[in-house]
Amino acid sequence: MKFGVITFPGSNCDQDMIYVLETIMGFEVERLWHKDSSLKGADFIVLPGGFSYGDYLRSGAIASFSPIMKEVIAHAENGGYVLGICNGFQILCESKLLPGTLLHNDHQKFTCKNVYLKADNNASLINQGVGLDEVLKIPIAHAEGRFFAPDDLLSKIEHNNQVIYRYCDAEGNVTDEANPNGTLNNIAGVCNVGRNVFGMMPHPERAADLELGNIDGLRILESLVREVLV
Amino acid sequence: MKFKAEIDIMPLKALLDPQGKAVTSSLKNINLGEIENVRIGKHITLEIEASSEAIAREKVEEACKNLLANHLMESFEFTLEKIS
Repeated sequence: MKFGVITFPGSNCDQDMIYVLETIMGFEVERLWHKDSSLKGADFIVLPGGFSYGDYLRSGAIASFSPIMKEVIAHAENGGYVLGICNGFQILCESKLLPGTLLHNDHQKFTCKNVYLKADNNASLINQGVGLDEVLKIPIAHAEGRFFAPDDLLSKIEHNNQVIYRYCDAEGNVTDEANPNGTLNNIAGVCNVGRNVFGMMPHPERAADLELGNIDGLRILESLVREVLV
Repeated sequence: MKFKAEIDIMPLKALLDPQGKAVTSSLKNINLGEIENVRIGKHITLEIEASSEAIAREKVEEACKNLLANHLMESFEFTLEKIS
């Protein structure tokens, strides 16, 4: 299993993601540049967080037309795995690999803090290794993380178990108070119908090093490679 | 022929516009409390070379649908003017 982490102009979580996948988890990681026209043999593509193209026009809009995105879309359409964190999630929504969109937080503030998450189901690679009663403490850092989809699309997403993680409180209750940005149904992340493309606003790579005092993020990243590790 | 498009992109009416809401409350601070329902969008101008106004309109529409606006969150409208 080889990961490929894409750097767009303005990405700023690419090195964190590479560090966790390579140094902490021991996987081979290909560094990919937005102008590349090949995924260089990577099996699992990661779009990291940041402010690609300065968030010009809309978060993720311009990056979704980067040269490498043609390859990412072809890879995903072939069943290849893709994960987008934060701005990576926004890029995947803009490129229509994931349903819905991410609006400005309802309170109009950039929010950087630890929040709690729980897996909504175990239907996808990204949550199948996480118990439904587990509460994970993971940081968020975004201004546009309010997941939105029109009613008909939202009910399809819910019905297909495409919600991968929801915001909850420290006891695991999914409440309005635990919703950090006004996102619909406390949605923190979703996947596509094929369950091979995942997007989430929280940053598991920022909670994956023992020296930082929190490795809950590793639970999510290890779920992705569970089949490989077993 | 060259045309100039003036494009307005607005958040969908049904959606909360936190930016507009923040500005509405800030206007109260400068004693303009009678102003309400501020909504903030984008105004984009662009120039386009096309053999007819219909083709220019079609291309601008395509630009709006594919990149300039996201139909899940925004609506757009534009006017076209022949400039040369």
